[in-house]
Amino acid sequence: MSASSLPQASSYAPAVDHLFDAMLLLCGAVAIGVFAVMFAFCIRYRRGHAADREGGNTRLGVELAWTLVPFALFLGIFGWSIGLWAKLRTPPADSVPVYIVAKQWMWRVQHPDGTREIDTLHVPLGQPVRLVMISQDVVHSFYVPAFRVKQDVLPGRYTELWFTATRAGRFPLFCSEYCGVGHPSMRGSVVAMAPADYARWLHAQSSPGLAARGAELFRRFGCSGCHDPGSGVHAPDLRGLYGAPVPLSDGSVVRADDRYLHDSIVLPRSQVAAGYAPIMPSYQGRIGEEDILALIAYVKSLEVEGGQGHAHP
Amino acid sequence: MRIPESTGSYARDNYLSQGRPGLRGWLLTHDHKRVAILYALAITGFFALGAVAAALVRLTLVQPDSQWISPETYDKSFTFHGIVMVWFFLIPSIPNTLGNFLLPLMIGARDVAFPRLNLFSWYLFMLGGLFTIATLLLGGVDTGWTFYTPFSTMFSNTHVIMAAAGVFVSGFASIVSGMNFIVTVHTMRAPGMRWFRLPLFVWAIYATSVVMMLATPVLAMTLLLIALERLAGVGIFDPALGGDPVLFQHFFWFYSHPAVYIMVLPAMGVTSELICCGVRRRVFGYRFMAWSMLGIAFIGFLVWGHHMFVAGQSMYASIAFSLLSFAVAVPSAIKVFNWLATMYKGVIDFHAPMLYALGFVGLFTLGGLTGLFLAAVALDVSLTDTYFVVAHFHYIMVGGAVMAYLGGIHFWWPKITGRLYSEPLARFAAILMFVGFNVTFFPQYVLGYLGMPRRYHDYPPPFQALNVVSSAGAAILAVAYLLPLWYLGRSLWRGASAGPNPWHATGLEWTTPSPPPHDNFPEPPVVERGPYDYRDP
Ligand code: HEC
Ligand SMILES: [Cu+2]
Ligand SMILES: [Cu+2]
Repeated sequence: MSASSLPQASSYAPAVDHLFDAMLLLCGAVAIGVFAVMFAFCIRYRRGHAADREGGNTRLGVELAWTLVPFALFLGIFGWSIGLWAKLRTPPADSVPVYIVAKQWMWRVQHPDGTREIDTLHVPLGQPVRLVMISQDVVHSFYVPAFRVKQDVLPGRYTELWFTATRAGRFPLFCSEYCGVGHPSMRGSVVAMAPADYARWLHAQSSPGLAARGAELFRRFGCSGCHDPGSGVHAPDLRGLYGAPVPLSDGSVVRADDRYLHDSIVLPRSQVAAGYAPIMPSYQGRIGEEDILALIAYVKSLEVEGGQGHAHP
Repeated sequence: MRIPESTGSYARDNYLSQGRPGLRGWLLTHDHKRVAILYALAITGFFALGAVAAALVRLTLVQPDSQWISPETYDKSFTFHGIVMVWFFLIPSIPNTLGNFLLPLMIGARDVAFPRLNLFSWYLFMLGGLFTIATLLLGGVDTGWTFYTPFSTMFSNTHVIMAAAGVFVSGFASIVSGMNFIVTVHTMRAPGMRWFRLPLFVWAIYATSVVMMLATPVLAMTLLLIALERLAGVGIFDPALGGDPVLFQHFFWFYSHPAVYIMVLPAMGVTSELICCGVRRRVFGYRFMAWSMLGIAFIGFLVWGHHMFVAGQSMYASIAFSLLSFAVAVPSAIKVFNWLATMYKGVIDFHAPMLYALGFVGLFTLGGLTGLFLAAVALDVSLTDTYFVVAHFHYIMVGGAVMAYLGGIHFWWPKITGRLYSEPLARFAAILMFVGFNVTFFPQYVLGYLGMPRRYHDYPPPFQALNVVSSAGAAILAVAYLLPLWYLGRSLWRGASAGPNPWHATGLEWTTPSPPPHDNFPEPPVVERGPYDYRDP
């Protein structure tokens, strides 16, 4: 298992490998120990071989020892691994979001500036990248062995994964959750580039920007007909909505995060804002996940005017 | 003393010659021993089917982009392999064959508590098997044995309902058998057979039965929900219908993790018997051994989330499941150490059953230790859904459960058939199996570590070399599995008579003639001492 065949290409990878190596050492030692003792006993106590066979009955102390010692070791490993895991679940504040939509059998990538790619993800070195992922159909899983990270990509719900690439190059990306006959062809690559190269690459793509595309869709799908301040329909003003607390008609209050915005578009009936009639149509099946991501980016971009927060009547 | 040795003549009046003759005598039997044989024949057939499917998979993987079977056929092969091996071989393997045959004999009973129900469970099992074979004939199913949603409910165009029906029905066979065994152990023990005089095999079957009864209904319910969503479009698991795919995984693993213990606990029971006889000593730490099996059965219900560390469950759930998964490893570790300690100061014979038992301990240890890697969330994140996991559970289920099953079959073969088989051939097969197994599955750990995902018929070329080794190992393994079929079969005609106790083993089952009479014991036994009363110098 040489490191050359599996590069350590993220900031997380060396930490995981330390734990892996420690486990390999510990478990390897235990395995060798078990086999060695087994062989030794087999030879020493084989039938016909003279050996001291007096005593040797059950002893509680011995048993307690090999109950408690493994347990203590396990707790140690557990603690070590949980520390790493907690890190994997808390993206740094300066991470940039990249949006991934999985579908049978491809990965569609959207960068915040609107750049889109398929089955390839370009990332800058040294910059924490936070993937916000959703599937259009079945469960997939985003797996980059060189980064030692993996996260299932679910339909109907965003999941997240973050990493910081530390080595330039092109690294395989696999779908690791069986998703139908094209599962093994759902492969791609993550290309990690020096920041300057990355900026140049991004510039060459020249796209209108995710929020701008969202603004276009906001009109095309008729959202503006209800949600524009001057529309005359009694619908909430979406300016400043993102991140604000939203009172719902059932009396509860939720925070308007990505998941809330997604569900508001796909399943508006599930969480109706307090003070409004549930007249918003469901866009389930009518808007693809990529367009929903663009719409959300647009809603996020709507600034609060005149210092007024998102207001509910 | 030579072990095994013929200790008497073939008992003419036995369960095979007594009772109603002919096919009807078998198909309508209430004798637990005959039901055990019916089960054994059925699962041997299913094992062969599952093995053919595995062979297709391994042959395909010899090349990185092999075209010799279509991708669809490949997907259906690994699905069929999984479904058949899990539900139609491993789950019933030890409990319904050796368990059925031995449980009443070991506790000194004439039969199980509900003999008719016992036969009924076999019919349920066969009905389930029929559905499964029908699935195959209709064109197969491609969801993987895990039936993950919404793929299985809304996207797969194959015969999901038929396959689920097979598993559903066979699940009731498990529930019924489990209940039967529990009641048998509670009510049918011979005078003097106190709880802590039960052989560990009985404890193992008892613990397994509890798991079968409590976990299997959840599987049945889950499969029904799949049918409901697939046929009637009721939104349970598919988000497009308002459902939650992760909910399915919770339900599925709530059954399927304990199912691992349905496969492994009986194997631990068999191994304990084999080792005690093989080293001619009392088991070290009898009570710890019995309690640890109950402990495994109990904690085993609380660790299902370790299959879902990357599935989107909450971070805190993952932390709890990780801790509990380490906890369940403790009783398993105790067992390994106690088996080793049992060998200390023993008089060790290397007959075939003992070789299988040693093989079990070794492979189970490796499988268990690699399980610790997967219980550590941070490592699981990169290892899960790769060949590392495939290797891990094959070490537990094939290296562990199948080795123990075959060891048990060899050990009790003289009791079941009254015949001795060829020991040299049997030893050779056991060693070949150990070698073949490791050549097949060890490279898969490395493949998984290097990042090869599961269920890929088409993989990046750098993974080829290790896959070729693995497939070569599978060929060795196939030979090792075919050998016993031959020499065990031959012993039925050619084998020397075993007599009641060719191993000079302790345990009530060895006090009655071989094969045992219809009513098990010529005279109702009375128990005066614990199991494993070996006094050999
Ligand atoms: C027929 C008028 C109508 C249309 C068209 C419509 N909405 Fe709505 N929307 C509403 C109303 C009324 C509510 C408040 C009740 C509710 O929460 O369902 C609402 C709620 C929302 C909310 C939650 C706001 C909050 O304060 O909690 C979001 C986000 C939203 N809509 C986005 C959209 C988007 C994006 C579109 C276009 C794809 C759209 N809406 C189309 C009427 C509409
Ligand atoms: Cu996939
Ligand atoms: Cu499990």
